[in-house]
Amino acid sequence: MKKVLSGNEAIARGAYEAGVRVVSSYPGTPSSEITDFVKQYKEIYCEWAVNEKVAVEVAIGASLAGRRAMSCMKHVGLNVAADPLMTLSYTGVNGGLIILVADDPNMFSSQNEQDSRNYARFAKVPMLEPSDSNEAKEYVKKGFEISEKFCTPVIVRSVTRLSHSMSAVELNERVEVEPKGLENNIPKWVMVPANARQRHIFVENRLKELEHFNNSSDFITEEINDSEIGIITSGIPYHYVKEAMPEASILKLGMVWPLPVERIKEFAKKVKKLYVIEELDPFIETELRAKGVKLRKLNRPVNGELSVDAVKKLFRKKTVKAKNPILNLPNRPPNMCPGCSHRGMFYAINKLKLFAAGDIGCYTLGLLPPLSAINSTVCMGASVSMAHGIDRASGGEYAKKSVAVIGDSTFFHTGINGLLNSAYNKGFSTVIILDNRITGMTGHQPNPGTGITIRGEEGPKVNIEMLCRAFGIKNVTTVDPFDVDECVRVLKEETAREELSVIITNRPCIFADRTVITNPYYIKEDKCTGCTACTRLGCPAISWDAKKKKALIDETLCTGCSLCPKVCRFDAIFQRGDK
Amino acid sequence: MKYDILMFGVGGQGTVLSSDIVCEVALESGFDAKKSEIHGMAQRGGSVVSHVRIAEKVFSPVIALGEADILVSFEQMEFLRYIEYASDNSTLILNTNKIFPPGVLSGKEEYPDKIIRQKLKLFKYVKTLDALDIAKSAGNMKVAGMAVVGALARMLTFKKDVWENVIKGKVPSKTIESNIKAFNMGYNI
Ligand SMILES: Cc1ncc(C[n+]2csc(CCOP(=O)(O)OP(=O)(O)O)c2C)c(N)n1
Repeated sequence: MKKVLSGNEAIARGAYEAGVRVVSSYPGTPSSEITDFVKQYKEIYCEWAVNEKVAVEVAIGASLAGRRAMSCMKHVGLNVAADPLMTLSYTGVNGGLIILVADDPNMFSSQNEQDSRNYARFAKVPMLEPSDSNEAKEYVKKGFEISEKFCTPVIVRSVTRLSHSMSAVELNERVEVEPKGLENNIPKWVMVPANARQRHIFVENRLKELEHFNNSSDFITEEINDSEIGIITSGIPYHYVKEAMPEASILKLGMVWPLPVERIKEFAKKVKKLYVIEELDPFIETELRAKGVKLRKLNRPVNGELSVDAVKKLFRKKTVKAKNPILNLPNRPPNMCPGCSHRGMFYAINKLKLFAAGDIGCYTLGLLPPLSAINSTVCMGASVSMAHGIDRASGGEYAKKSVAVIGDSTFFHTGINGLLNSAYNKGFSTVIILDNRITGMTGHQPNPGTGITIRGEEGPKVNIEMLCRAFGIKNVTTVDPFDVDECVRVLKEETAREELSVIITNRPCIFADRTVITNPYYIKEDKCTGCTACTRLGCPAISWDAKKKKALIDETLCTGCSLCPKVCRFDAIFQRGDK
Repeated sequence: MKYDILMFGVGGQGTVLSSDIVCEVALESGFDAKKSEIHGMAQRGGSVVSHVRIAEKVFSPVIALGEADILVSFEQMEFLRYIEYASDNSTLILNTNKIFPPGVLSGKEEYPDKIIRQKLKLFKYVKTLDALDIAKSAGNMKVAGMAVVGALARMLTFKKDVWENVIKGKVPSKTIESNIKAFNMGYNI
């Protein structure tokens, strides 16, 4: 049966058909939907782990226990999981193991544009790169076979254009795999130096065998057309090449590490001019040059996505002359939703002009005007540790005018470690945990603070306040983020203190708990003085009538969160249904 | 035959579901079809775009600049943002409903009514509809997107019952009736 599936849905389907037993992942665009699709398959145990390192380690355990396992993440997630990955390469696997990593060329929703192929080379493990949904499904299945055959973890690389594109997929049935049982093999699994030295030799040999395998594998397709131009490519760029250069001969690679150098050299003999077309780093190109393959130079940028037009331009082909873009259109930047529980705290931070070491999540949008209350964003968890560094670098002085801002999921991901460090090292910083009880930014996945699992089963709900106290932190305050005056008061008090403080907000995301949505508010025109205080909340439901010089609430968008009446000093805002 | 269709609107207008439907109808009708979308932060009122490509065999999931056959604008001004994709022969399906961007709401920018009027002339053929009005008479404000799909369906060669079957399989069962009604009203405009 054929079905149109997104790349992500196809990857989930591949895991299902391959008889996978365990999937442990941490959400991250564009990979999040994979694990959400996996949850529809009852045969697979799946979970949201608290971070990618934990997720990969869970998968390693499942593999050691003799079952096929997969862990999915976005590109930066693999940085967090790099530690287990590097040594997993040495131990190898028992049940097949795939790490699915989704890159984001052009950074549609990421903080950097790193190219994960470098991890395959770094960890000396094979990497597969599908180019459409059907291949995505098939490569996951083949990946498990390779994993077990060569005793290696396999990385399958997706990109935004694969994960979030749809194309036809041929569906097959699930094939159960015989469980192998828990493997008790100390020289293989206990990586003390004496054992690891042996395993390193194994790893180098395995890489040679994999290259040999790749040279004769069906991951390579050779299309010989005109012998003038030959192009080596893989993944999504293959399709751009097919369309831009239909006359060229093409060698399409499916396994991009280790490279099938012999096959590439044979292909090189069949064409006059040889090129590599790849997105992001010159990964294939650099490797082939080092191996003595003669490649022609292209002036390809190493940032952003490729496209059919971009490929045409590289080969100086004519492209359609497009109409001029219209500049200066009113933008539609992402914004915190109406009713967002983060807004009030940012209003307070802005009011006190505090320096905010930020983190990654919906609350990063606090950066945008009119709130303009985020001063740094590096990686998940960094807000807490950076605030400690800011504090210690200034002998405690900067701690009086700065805060760390972190979401609940990010806190559980890696913020906890930073906070424990600040407590242990007696810092003075102030950490605000914006606990909206959900992983908002990536599509509202539950986390340890939500109290439910990925499949909606009830589970324990971590008590952040008690956790902080257990670290030895004395100043832990919970505030209502819709009460701006209270937020300002607590912020003043806690930043002034020469001790570590934690402030926790207690309102859920409107998607975590729909019951918080209530009667909308409206503005009494005669009472509105046009002071613009409410418009400075940046709420999408509040607009400004320039002619009347008064604010206006769109009642179809308003969730009744009660924040705007609290910032109105003229008592002009009222809730529907109470007179 | 080939159709390159660019569909876009504001998060929450049903652009993604609509493009799913087009893709599936094409496949059901025996063609190859691919679609690609950027919907990073759709929930937060951002702009959403789907590329739908239909042909005997489709390679790139992304439409090249200047090569869209049909632009489908779920919001009145959004087609301006994607004008680079239009060719000299492009058709525009335009939902005249407006959703004001934040800059317009806060009074700092103006809704580009004048530019809209000017740029509509760039299209060989423009079909306009008021999708919210249609949705209202279909009895469910949430099916506005399906009226736009109906208007698009009229321009393509796929059979009407294939569209209806695909829609029935894609929308919540309680809303099948209103969705089909909106689709037909859009189709018959
Ligand atoms: C290492 C890493 N993993 C995953 C992501 C993707 N990501 C971006 S924000 C976010 C979580 C945000 O959740 P939370 O901290 O609860 O804040 P909210 O969005 O709910 O405000 C994730 C997982 C990332 N940027 N980096």
